[in-house]
Amino acid sequence: MNPMNDKSEVKTKRKKPPKAEANRWVLRLYVAGQSPKALTAFANLKKICEEQLEGKYSIEVIDLLINPQLGNEDQILALPTLVRKLPVPVRKIIGDLSDTERVLVGLDLFHVD
Amino acid sequence: MKKAEQALSRATLQKSPTGIQGFDEITAGGLPAGRPTLVCGSAGCGKTLFGIEFLVRGATLYNEPGVFMSFEETNDELIKNVASLGFDLEDLIKHKKIALDHVHIERSEIEETGEYDLEGLFIRLGYAIDSIGAKRVVLDTIESLFAGLPNQLILRAELRRLFRWLKEKEVTAIITGERGEETLTRQGLEEYVSDCVIMLDHRVTEQTSTRRLRVIKYRGSLHGTNEYPFLIDETGFSVLPVTSLGLEHKVSNERISSGITELDKMLEGKGYYRGSTVLVSGTAGVGKTSLAAHFAEAACKRGERVLYFCFEESPSQLMRNMRSIGINLEPWVHKGLLQFHATRPTFYGLEMHLAVTHKAVNAYKPEIVIMDPINTFILGDTENEVKSMLMRIVDFLKGNQITALFTSLTSSESALESSDVGISSLIDTWLLLRDIELNGERNRGMYVLKSRGMANSNQIREFILTDTGVKLREVYAGANGVLTGSARIAQEAHENAGLLRQKQDIERKRRELERKRKVMEARVAALHAEFKSQESEALKNLEAEQEIIRLQKRNKMEMAANRKSVTEKRKTKKHTKP
Repeated sequence: MNPMNDKSEVKTKRKKPPKAEANRWVLRLYVAGQSPKALTAFANLKKICEEQLEGKYSIEVIDLLINPQLGNEDQILALPTLVRKLPVPVRKIIGDLSDTERVLVGLDLFHVD
Repeated sequence: MKKAEQALSRATLQKSPTGIQGFDEITAGGLPAGRPTLVCGSAGCGKTLFGIEFLVRGATLYNEPGVFMSFEETNDELIKNVASLGFDLEDLIKHKKIALDHVHIERSEIEETGEYDLEGLFIRLGYAIDSIGAKRVVLDTIESLFAGLPNQLILRAELRRLFRWLKEKEVTAIITGERGEETLTRQGLEEYVSDCVIMLDHRVTEQTSTRRLRVIKYRGSLHGTNEYPFLIDETGFSVLPVTSLGLEHKVSNERISSGITELDKMLEGKGYYRGSTVLVSGTAGVGKTSLAAHFAEAACKRGERVLYFCFEESPSQLMRNMRSIGINLEPWVHKGLLQFHATRPTFYGLEMHLAVTHKAVNAYKPEIVIMDPINTFILGDTENEVKSMLMRIVDFLKGNQITALFTSLTSSESALESSDVGISSLIDTWLLLRDIELNGERNRGMYVLKSRGMANSNQIREFILTDTGVKLREVYAGANGVLTGSARIAQEAHENAGLLRQKQDIERKRRELERKRKVMEARVAALHAEFKSQESEALKNLEAEQEIIRLQKRNKMEMAANRKSVTEKRKTKKHTKP
C-alpha cells in the first residue's frame, strides 16, 4: 500500500549508489509506525529528493515504535523528523514535509532551484 | 457502617511518599500516586533537587525506580551536581534504579514543515520507563520545549496529551516549571497539571535568603497550607513543619539544677525539669549570659554535655567575661563536655541556622543546649519566620529530651512580658530579669514569670553579680514599694534608725516618768515633812494650850480650894454651932 512498508525492515533505501562521498546526502526519517503523517512525510521527502538530489542521496527510515532507543542519538522529540546527517552540519526538519519551500530551506537546498 | 468506611478508605487518594524530610508530613503522605505534580519556582530555588531527591529516595527507600528526563542539564552535569548532596546517581543507574535522559533541543537546528506531534518524546519516555520498570518520573523543565519548538498550538495539545498519558502509565510524575510573571509557571503549565501544585521560593529579605515551600493545591487530600521554610544541605532537602512533629514529646520528671542555689529554691528547691525549655529574658546587661553560664557549669559538673550557641560573643570573650564572676568554663571545653558554636545571626539565613543547629546537635548529642541570645535573628528576618524557626528548634530539642536554655533580649520600650520573638507559649520556665532604676542607680531584679508543672516562687529577688557568681537576695518589699541596691540598704538603715529612735523615745519617756515619780515622791516627802513640822508645832501648841488649861484649872482649883477652906471654915463654924 505504501512505499515504506517493504523497506522498513531494511531501513535503508538507496536510490542509486553515491557518485562521490563529498556530494552524498545521508537523510534519516524518524517515524512512529504507519501514521498518516509518517506516510505523507515519506512521500514528500521522496518527491523532493527525486527532484533535487537525484542519484546522490540515501534515506534511512527509523520506526521508533520498533526501535525506541534509536531516537536518543538524534534527540528526537517530534515526529516525523527528518535529519540531515550529511552533509554537515546536522539539520533537523520536523513535520510532514508538506511545506516544500521550508524543507528546501531546512535542507539548505534552496539555492539549487 | 464499617463497609462504608472501608469503601471510603479505598476511594481515598493513594500517595507516593517522597522521602523528603518533613514534606510527607505536610502533605499527609506524599505526592498523589500515579498522577503528575507540578513543582514551580524561580531559578535556583531547588526544583531540580526536589525532583532528584524524590527519585533517589523512591529508589533507595521505597523500591520504586524512576526516570529523570532533563531538558536543561546533561547527564554528567546532573550526576556531578547532586553528588555534592550525597546522592550517588551513577551507582543507582548501574543498578537500574534510576534512568537519566537528557533531551536536547536546539532551536537553530530545527525547521518546521507542516504537521507533527511529540510522539518521539512519548516513545522515548515510555522506553525509559519500561527499561527499568519506573514508577516515578521527573520532567525537568519541560518548558524548555517552548523555546525549542515554535508551534505553540501543537505543543500545548501535546503537553495535555503527555500528562494524560503519564496518568495512564500510572507513574507518579513531577513536572518542574519556571515561575512566570503573573502565572505560576511561565507557560501556564498549571493548566494541565491540576492535581497537585507545589511552589518553591527563594526570597532574600534584608540580605539574607530563605527558601520556602508551599503546597498551593492538592486535589483530594488535606495538606498544610502554610509557607514552610526548607533547607538544602549535604543531606538533601528538608522541610521541617511545626506540625510534623506533633506534641507527643516524652516528658521527664527528673529535675536538674540551674546552677544557682537560690534560684533552685525558687523552683521548689529542685531546679528545672529535664527536657524543658527555659527562657531567660531581660534588657541589656542584666545578666542573662551569666545565668546561662551558671547552668552550663552546673551541667558540666554533673558530667553532662552542653552545646552553647553564642550569637553575639566569641567563645573566648564569653569565657573571659564569665571568669570575672567566678565561672571558669575553659576546663570543661578541654574535657569535651562543653562545645561552643559561635556564628553571627546574619552570617546565613534562618534555614541554615536551623540546619546547623540540627547538625551540631545530632553530631554532639548534648544533654543541654544553650542559645544566647535568640532574638538577634530578627535582624535578618521577619518575626514570624524566626518564631517558626524557634518553634522547630524547640520541638526538635524536646523531641530529643534536650534541656534548652534560651536568652532573649527585650528592648526597654516594649513590655517585658512580651518576648520579642513571641515564643513564650513554647517556653516551660520563663525567668525574667529586669533592671530597677531608682535614685540614680540601676539594680537587677529577677523573678519566675512562669514555670510549668511546679509551684514556683512569686518573689522578686535582687540579682547580684559577685566575683563568686550570681547571688539572689531578698529585696526590700515594704510600704514604699520594692527597693533594691543602696536604696534597699538606705531604707534598711532608715528603718533601723527609726527603730532606735523609737527605742530612745520609750527610754526617754520612761525616764521622764521616773523623774515625775521622783518629783512627786519628793513633793510628797516635803509635804510630809511640812505636815510633820506643822503637826508637831500644832501638837506643841496644843500641849501648850492644854498646859495652860491645866494650869488654869489648877489655878482655879487652887483658887477654889483656897476659897473652900474659907467657906468650910465658915460651914464648920456653922455646923459646930448648932
